[in-house]
Amino acid sequence: MIEQLIIEGLAIGACYGLFGVAVAIIYKTSEVVNFGQGEMGMISTFVAYHILAQYGLPFWLAFLITIVFAILLGMFIEFFFMRPAKDPTVLGLIIITLGAEMLLMGLASWKWGAEQKDFTFPLSVQELHEPIPGFVLNEWSMGVFILTGLIMVMLFLFFRYSNLGIAMRATQQNQNAAKIMGIKVERVFSFTWGMSSLIGAVAAMFFAARSVLDPNFMMEPFMRAFAAAVLGGLTSIPGVVVGGLLLGIIENFFGYLWPVWKPIVAFVVIIIILTIRPSGLFAKHYVKKV
Amino acid sequence: MDMKRDYYEDIEIFSSGTVLFWSIALLIFLFTLPLYFPSYNVYLFNIILVHVILAVGLNILVGYTGQISLGHAGFFAIGAYGTTILMTHLGIPFFVSIILAGLIAAFFGFIIGLPALRLEGPYLAIATLGFGLTIMHIIGRWEVFGGRMGIQAPPLDIGVPQMGLSILLDSDVKMYYLILIITITMVIGARNMMKTRVGRAFVAIRDDDIAAEVMGVNLTAFKTLSFAVSAFYAGVAGGLFGFVLGFFDPFTFNLILSIIFLVMIVVGGLGSVLGAIMGATLITYLQYDLLKNIDEMPYLGDLLVWVSRKWFTVIGLENFNSILLGLIMLGIVIFEPLGMFGIWIRIKKYWKTWPF
Repeated sequence: MIEQLIIEGLAIGACYGLFGVAVAIIYKTSEVVNFGQGEMGMISTFVAYHILAQYGLPFWLAFLITIVFAILLGMFIEFFFMRPAKDPTVLGLIIITLGAEMLLMGLASWKWGAEQKDFTFPLSVQELHEPIPGFVLNEWSMGVFILTGLIMVMLFLFFRYSNLGIAMRATQQNQNAAKIMGIKVERVFSFTWGMSSLIGAVAAMFFAARSVLDPNFMMEPFMRAFAAAVLGGLTSIPGVVVGGLLLGIIENFFGYLWPVWKPIVAFVVIIIILTIRPSGLFAKHYVKKV
Repeated sequence: MDMKRDYYEDIEIFSSGTVLFWSIALLIFLFTLPLYFPSYNVYLFNIILVHVILAVGLNILVGYTGQISLGHAGFFAIGAYGTTILMTHLGIPFFVSIILAGLIAAFFGFIIGLPALRLEGPYLAIATLGFGLTIMHIIGRWEVFGGRMGIQAPPLDIGVPQMGLSILLDSDVKMYYLILIITITMVIGARNMMKTRVGRAFVAIRDDDIAAEVMGVNLTAFKTLSFAVSAFYAGVAGGLFGFVLGFFDPFTFNLILSIIFLVMIVVGGLGSVLGAIMGATLITYLQYDLLKNIDEMPYLGDLLVWVSRKWFTVIGLENFNSILLGLIMLGIVIFEPLGMFGIWIRIKKYWKTWPF
């Protein structure tokens, strides 16, 4: 029973972690917390749903089109909403991303209505497998584990070896110095948003397969993923995934012991963690100097 | 133009005779407002006034002290539920219970202010957001609060019914006068507070908290005080909101409401009482009146229905206010970061210095 709870928790936690990574990538490069991330994922999932339901294309093709759409959406939001703001404050940035969230949510509800839809996803939660004797895994969890692992490895290689990844890290450390070294900082931001939107869209499709598809469906997972990201420390990508896994396990145990209070566990955990370690568990805490 | 030459000029409420004249004119207008409009509009005015109280309070925290809160719907809910429960279950008179509810909210504000000492920017936003959602869920689970079904506000009686002194406010218009008087008191209170030592300490913390601490501002005391005062305003506003609605459930106080509160003060202008009032009025009017029946608007309504039929769904058209609100939020930060108050300052400057 305990192992089963842990495995379930790890699976959903990996999904939180994946979505948290999407939030963290943007925060890492541009110090913007993207409150619209959930809705960006939501609208991408709706695009996938629309392609599947309306045009009847095979899933892999719909998936690819959605990925392209998600990248373009991220770049669009960066280019039209973030870039024109001149020297915005932290609050200004939060308002911009919240505005993007409201806008996307309104558009999705206008286009697809508020009623719940079924998202046909090739990996189902009901199909059970037993890869190692004693551990029962459903297809969905296996998909999440493999995908999260894959994306983590790719991100690691990307940030370590590719030029663009190194440029992103440079931008994060010091924008002006990066500019002097010939990095086009704006373009780096554009890529960052595209990449983050892509990862967010993939994670959102997994969430949609687990619950239902309606314009509000990413609200709760986004909050959890965000909590996970804060728990691990927003600037450390492995930290975010570990935070997600931890949160998944904690939440699952709580859900087993006190099902009534499951929805608020995540927030109580982050408030406590933030009080003890203001930058999360795995991030370096920078003390502000005058 | 607006240069202050001595301390007394800085602390006086009306900076000139013109301001005094227009303030009195506005007060007279507000007190005679129900005469000009049918009673449905009075309901809208009540909501606007309640939101004005809240926006002024939130502005103390966000605009003057520079902290971020995405959890004000939580304090609002504490006020609404607190007042209703104190009145129905304990039989406490209205004025006592609304102040008690405000103080309970202020206490929660103080508690949330404690982690805020170490958090800033996005981390504070997520902590307060978590607080708001937690309050919503707790209220939704507890039977005393009516659970998910919601709760009925008691009849609004501002006397002491137990002692035979019953003053029942049973219509929107009577309620309007009560809310108006409370709103005016609280707005003047906020404005005065900003001119005292406390208000200047808040502004100092906003501009640079470390420098403020060096100057002798006790950060612990003033940051938590700012949260508490702001939560008190939200609590009182929530208590009145409960009576305006009559019946409410936990989902009234969701995350979107917290976002809308933040939008009000950003659109109005951060760090100005007048801005908070303008923002609250505009956003509430858009939310509750103009956009509610968007398909019945002349010209634009037909166009939108046609667009919906062609590319979207007509049933989803009611979500148009979400789109417009999002666009307002984006536009205000990109084009006019000072909000409506900034526009007002610019117009004033233009006319004062006119041919130049």
